[in-house]
Amino acid sequence: MGSFVPGTKAEQESMLREAGYKNWDDLFSGIPKDVYLADKPLDIPEGKSELEVTAEMKEIADRNVRFRYILRGAGAYDHYIPSIVGRVVRKESFLTAYTPYQAEISQGILQSIFEYQSEIAALTGMDVSNASAYDGASAAAEGVMMCLDRKRTKILVSDSIAPETMDVVKTYCFGRNVSCTVVPSKEGVTDLDALKEMAGDDTACLLIQSPNYFGIIEPAAEAADLIHGAGAKLVMSVNPISLGLLKTPAEYGADVAVGEGQSLGMPLAWGGPYLGFMAATKEMMRKLPGRIVGETTDSEGRRAYVLTLQAREQHIRREKAGSNICSNEALCALTASVYLAAMGPEGLKLAALQSTSKAHYLQKVLESKGLDLVYDRPFFDEFLTSSESRESRDKLLSALEKIGVLGGLPCGEREILWCVTEKVPKEVLDMVGREAR
Amino acid sequence: MKLIYEKGAPGRHASILGKCDVPEVMPPVDDMRKEKPLLPEVSETEISRHYQALSKRAYGVCDGLYPLGSCTMKYNPSVDEDIAALPEFTSVHPLAPDETVQGSLTVLSEMEKVLMAITGFAGFTFEPAAGAHGEFTGLLTIKAYHRANGDLTTRTKIIVPDSAHGTNPASAAMAGFEVINTPSDDKGCIDLDALRAVVGPDTAGLMLTNPNTVGLFDPNIVEVTKIIHEAGGLCYYDGANLNAAMGIARPADMGFDVMHLNLHKTFATPHGGGGPGSGPVGCREDLVKFLPGSRPVKGSDGMLHMEAGSDSYGRMRAFNGNFLVIVKALTYVKMLGRDGLLEASRNAVLNANYMRVKLSDILPAAYDVTCMHEFVVSLDDLKKSTGVSALDFAKAMQEYGIHPPTMYFPMIVHEALMIEPTETEPKETLDEAIHAIREIYERSYHESEWMHGCPHTDSDWLHEYVPEDTGAADRLEKAVTTVIGRPDEVTAARHPKLTYQG
Repeated sequence: MGSFVPGTKAEQESMLREAGYKNWDDLFSGIPKDVYLADKPLDIPEGKSELEVTAEMKEIADRNVRFRYILRGAGAYDHYIPSIVGRVVRKESFLTAYTPYQAEISQGILQSIFEYQSEIAALTGMDVSNASAYDGASAAAEGVMMCLDRKRTKILVSDSIAPETMDVVKTYCFGRNVSCTVVPSKEGVTDLDALKEMAGDDTACLLIQSPNYFGIIEPAAEAADLIHGAGAKLVMSVNPISLGLLKTPAEYGADVAVGEGQSLGMPLAWGGPYLGFMAATKEMMRKLPGRIVGETTDSEGRRAYVLTLQAREQHIRREKAGSNICSNEALCALTASVYLAAMGPEGLKLAALQSTSKAHYLQKVLESKGLDLVYDRPFFDEFLTSSESRESRDKLLSALEKIGVLGGLPCGEREILWCVTEKVPKEVLDMVGREAR
Repeated sequence: MKLIYEKGAPGRHASILGKCDVPEVMPPVDDMRKEKPLLPEVSETEISRHYQALSKRAYGVCDGLYPLGSCTMKYNPSVDEDIAALPEFTSVHPLAPDETVQGSLTVLSEMEKVLMAITGFAGFTFEPAAGAHGEFTGLLTIKAYHRANGDLTTRTKIIVPDSAHGTNPASAAMAGFEVINTPSDDKGCIDLDALRAVVGPDTAGLMLTNPNTVGLFDPNIVEVTKIIHEAGGLCYYDGANLNAAMGIARPADMGFDVMHLNLHKTFATPHGGGGPGSGPVGCREDLVKFLPGSRPVKGSDGMLHMEAGSDSYGRMRAFNGNFLVIVKALTYVKMLGRDGLLEASRNAVLNANYMRVKLSDILPAAYDVTCMHEFVVSLDDLKKSTGVSALDFAKAMQEYGIHPPTMYFPMIVHEALMIEPTETEPKETLDEAIHAIREIYERSYHESEWMHGCPHTDSDWLHEYVPEDTGAADRLEKAVTTVIGRPDEVTAARHPKLTYQG
């Protein structure tokens, strides 16, 4: 049996006696008899040594297939992770600290969050950022909740956001008893005419995603004008890598910017841990959920960082708080921060440029093999193609799997949603083309 | 210390990506950002040193005792990190075909079985990313149950004891419920009469932590859940304090219907400075169909597949949960096994009671009976006689190299300090902490001014103060001087500066 209890049996017994207890049952004598398990063992296997468990877990891990190249995105992206990122975030003080409630002995954590907030604000162009949310989808849900007020109780969501994000937003709306209406899409982007009809006095906000689920750059400026014209807010979900090149949510006129930060140095890891980032205009600052770090000074005027604006939060406001978020994704925020420092503005631009360029290259290759674009609009690093039939689509994807490539995501009847990052060399894209014949 | 923005120079960068091997394609000009983002421009050397310096300014479980009540800051095993870093786990896309992710599905499936055994529940969702996320998930499960019974508009109230963590009422509000606070009795547990007085046809359910937030196992727990059930409500178990109960008592046997666990507390996965956590939610058999997302189920092909429940109310996050955290938790459980989990809970309770008893003559627990894995002391009397507050006391503990306990929680105890030593601390560490607390208590009477100024950024006091006991030299060696004194929180909130301005 493995154990992390330092005390020997003899020590445990002597401590029991010193604390005034005869034995374990005596220590637990306050537990009602009808629920006390006494010596009835749990239905769990016996414990094992570190050596045995390592072998066992490796055997389980080996049941996963590791693809050499990944051409699938749809919310999780296989970007290159600089080596320094892993080394920094494995530092034990970062790993094993709790939320930095005690500022004096947590300046390292607090400063790292302040730096992260600064980077997210810079990337999105927004004024302020929180310390993180659980993932991109839940950040989007929290983002729309920020816009509700007594008069404005309805939420509009564009049909072209990721379906998982849609599900999460609807689930959060089910919680708050808030109406959530889908704005249809037209030719792969939000239908602005429909939006114009749907936005009204009771609309709190519109949620769009750009580049959207199909990789297409949304008419965000027009959407912003329309929704602001109705007196409501724009919540915009963005891909942080794309912001190395693309216009910021602030430039489009967003009031709240959210997104999935996984691309910023976190592995795919079958879905988590990921990073929800949230940024907002100064006007919306006090509606941001979760932890926020601010700069101040200590008693002797030294620069210091603290958790701040806590009057928004659950431990103060309880049921009146805008969100219940407590633990968030601090280590993932640190990961993103180290990633952004390693890449710098030029490196991030390069990752964005190479991803979009390679995506366009693959798109041309596939087009030459008869896989046409479903929507002929400007896209970033994802695009949707249509195959001749469901069979030919599935055949292509299995053929790619056999050569170690996870192809795009099969969608609909015969479509594929492709994604290309800087990690995939040209030769591999050419090889995909040959398989597509 | 400088911000990373204040280091480096324009144009400086680490060397990460090479040349593009396909023709460059720029986005439409109208969709390009006008200015490059204000990001650090630093070399890899500077990155390495910057974060090394920051890590020295962070206090982790690796630095010393971390008795932060309700947070279960136990040791985080090293091997768990190695297993979670295996590329077979890290490189898997969340939307990869099921047949290529049988390892990941096995992790979920095995962990679900473990949690079922520990709690007595019938199924779990691993979507929730943290405890509060789990609470929200669990309450939506209760809501979905009432909706299925046609009671959505009538059962609108969730009962929460006044000793509850703030996330409980906040989660209830997010799930669209009205929160009814119910008082604790003079023993810190649920007041049954007060509870009976608030239940009725509008009761959706009750949220409860057991052992509760003063560290006591509610002796009437079965009666409490019965009262709620008889009123037609469901009982939600906040698993924040499950570290006291593994192999000791199961929430399902206590009469609970839905619960969450905190893998980042009970199952030793690290807190990462505030996450990522993992807050799986489990429930009794007839509620499993409502759970969000999908669960691994063995198919006719002999393989595991993700399957959504027949009446699932939705999804809490995009993909399958904080998967790598679950990998760490499973590694931990496989090592401990059934006896090790019981041993962990027993010793968590033993360590807490050992400290409680050794401090009871100076700082008796607010409810001074056998506690579970944590106990709460009130510094109300100390403050009245010396002016030293729980905050002062906590800050002084920093100078003794101990992370302070949770302060001012639960709200039903004045000047509260909540102490949870966990099972992974050796007796010597507990004895040192007891000694330090006793010394700080003494100093409160003689040096209250000094206490108001804690923590200090110099260690002169240790040279000046000569305690009569032995061990002073040892503590001098361990004494912590903090890099800042108490920060000005009022100014931080009044004039928020939340980003680097250049």
